[in-house]
Amino acid sequence: MSEGSSTEQPSRARHPRGGTFDFITGPWQRIPERVRGWLPLAIVLAIALLYPYIVSDLKSLSTIGDFFPELDSAVYILVFTMMALGLNIVVGYSGLLDLGYVAFYAAGAYTAGWLASGQFQQVSFHFGSVGIQRDTEGIHVSVWLVLLIAGSFTAIVGILIGLPTLRLRGDYLAIVTLGFGEIIPQVVRNGDSFGGFNVTNGTFGINPIDSPGFGDSLNDAVGLPVNFQQSFDKFRLFYWGILALLLITVFCSWRLRDSRLGRAWIAIREDETAAAAMGVPLMRTKTWAYAIGAFFGGVAGAYYASFKSGAFPSDFYFNISVFLLCMVILGGMGSIWGVLAGGLMLSWLNIQGLAVIGDKFNEASGRNFEIAKYQFGIYGTIIVLMMLFRPTGLIPERRRKRELEEGVHDETFFDVSH
Amino acid sequence: MDDVLVVETLRKEFGGLIAVNDVDFTVPRESIVSLIGPNGAGKTTFFNMLTGMYPATSGRILFEGTDVTHKPPHAITALGVGRTFQNIRLFEQMTALENVLVGMHARLKGGIVTSIVGLPRVRREEREARKRARELLHFSGLRGRDDDLARNLPYGDQRRLEVARALATNPKLLLLDEPTAGMNPQETAAFTGFVGKLRSEEKLTVLLIEHDMRVVMGISDRVTVLDYGEKIAEGSPQEVQTDERVIEAYLGRGAA
Repeated sequence: MSEGSSTEQPSRARHPRGGTFDFITGPWQRIPERVRGWLPLAIVLAIALLYPYIVSDLKSLSTIGDFFPELDSAVYILVFTMMALGLNIVVGYSGLLDLGYVAFYAAGAYTAGWLASGQFQQVSFHFGSVGIQRDTEGIHVSVWLVLLIAGSFTAIVGILIGLPTLRLRGDYLAIVTLGFGEIIPQVVRNGDSFGGFNVTNGTFGINPIDSPGFGDSLNDAVGLPVNFQQSFDKFRLFYWGILALLLITVFCSWRLRDSRLGRAWIAIREDETAAAAMGVPLMRTKTWAYAIGAFFGGVAGAYYASFKSGAFPSDFYFNISVFLLCMVILGGMGSIWGVLAGGLMLSWLNIQGLAVIGDKFNEASGRNFEIAKYQFGIYGTIIVLMMLFRPTGLIPERRRKRELEEGVHDETFFDVSH
Repeated sequence: MDDVLVVETLRKEFGGLIAVNDVDFTVPRESIVSLIGPNGAGKTTFFNMLTGMYPATSGRILFEGTDVTHKPPHAITALGVGRTFQNIRLFEQMTALENVLVGMHARLKGGIVTSIVGLPRVRREEREARKRARELLHFSGLRGRDDDLARNLPYGDQRRLEVARALATNPKLLLLDEPTAGMNPQETAAFTGFVGKLRSEEKLTVLLIEHDMRVVMGISDRVTVLDYGEKIAEGSPQEVQTDERVIEAYLGRGAA
């Protein structure tokens, strides 16, 4: 008996994956290791890039067609995913619980409103703006440049908020950021008369906001669109624009995580006191986390304002901060892929998914149940369930996952040979 | 021999409690000095003031001639004071290698934009830092543990990683807070040898808080005894061992 089993084992070892899935794993194994790692990513990227071309076909599919977002919804989804990635730097990497991220969204959107609209009709300043009459009143800076300025301005707002608040730890920080998240929309709402000067146009908000584009000369030369908003391909253009911004955000998140600064952030999250003792300047490092997290929020906010062609105080309510935080927690704090997944999923649910699911449910059951009304109840339930069953998120941060897989070592206590 | 560390009438009060009472103290270069005393004598408080964790109530701390009394912890670390903690404080969710790399924070220069862009200069610096971190892990006896999460390391290795991380700050003075706590005699002996090696090979000055008298008497050049925040004795291990006040502090009045 024992001989029989011992001869069987090597043969099993020779075909470790032998079995039902040979027809998939066989070809898969033949792909070189280097390519294999990148292939799924390349496929996802290709689908994302080509989505505008296939969306109408996808939507005409029976049953599942309704679940695919239209391009304008896709822009919304990607904008909020980008903000979630920005928040991930603050909450996920550095462990600073920020409940007021919406303030950065607002700062970005209003920067776009100030620098690319007719808001300041006292002046007429044009710099690289596209599709606008030369003599139009107001400040009209090229939206591409505005994105950069909005990011930088929001980063400065982040630093200004951070300087007094980052001295606090844990819950206290969360409460103060919550306050700032409320203050900034209120300032914006009441900002139509700062000493008689109309800064934010109060509850009416600023609109229209200029659109990005490449201008006449680039249009003539290489056929790039003059102006996104006035193009027949408006939604496609805005979609590709935010996709590019999102990819840049992913790239920066990835590079930062593996940098000196990223390690310092994670060290602060793990143990502030020890981090300080290892030479990490706490205030400066945390403030950088705030500034960089805010930067991406600002860029996303400005882009979205340009897409909607407006910035309104009613857009910046507290729920958005919580919503973004949910994306980070659901996806997996500190995990880039996780936050991407969490962001895409929750913002899809928010703009379209819940409504579609509700419709399907009503169709099937013959009831009239407005599931979208219960959205925050549903998000809350998702978070509670996640905390119970998968507290590290959908796609846990690499290091956390490793911990779960490895378990705890049980080996020799100390190497005496040294 | 000149002094790496000079402490002048250092005092720490927590409300009405005087934790450290006007202590004068020096650490000569390339020496191993032990700080001992009963529980609650103020040893760790003393350490925390040296590393900027607690602000001193009064007095002065001079490190390599620089007044560091009111400097923040990271600045003191950057000047060359490395430390470990009594209750292990590793970055648990980071790998052993990453823990050591954090220790190098002040020595590295990679900025935000340069790291994102991935300038050759930053990449090279990062490569060299990783190489140095691996060497430090080997030197501290953590060969092959580079990619293990700190929290998954066995206790003894966690203690070693704390030392490796402190060494990564490139210290001139290394403060070890009860490094052999919880170790068995064999491990303690190995660790004592390791500390000796730090001085002989790395030319480090070591200040040690320790309860294990065999360690203290075995490797110290000088022993300072604190009791209720006051320095009650100082001298060679032999001198301290026979000091009446020390025996009294440890064993109670009448024991001497």
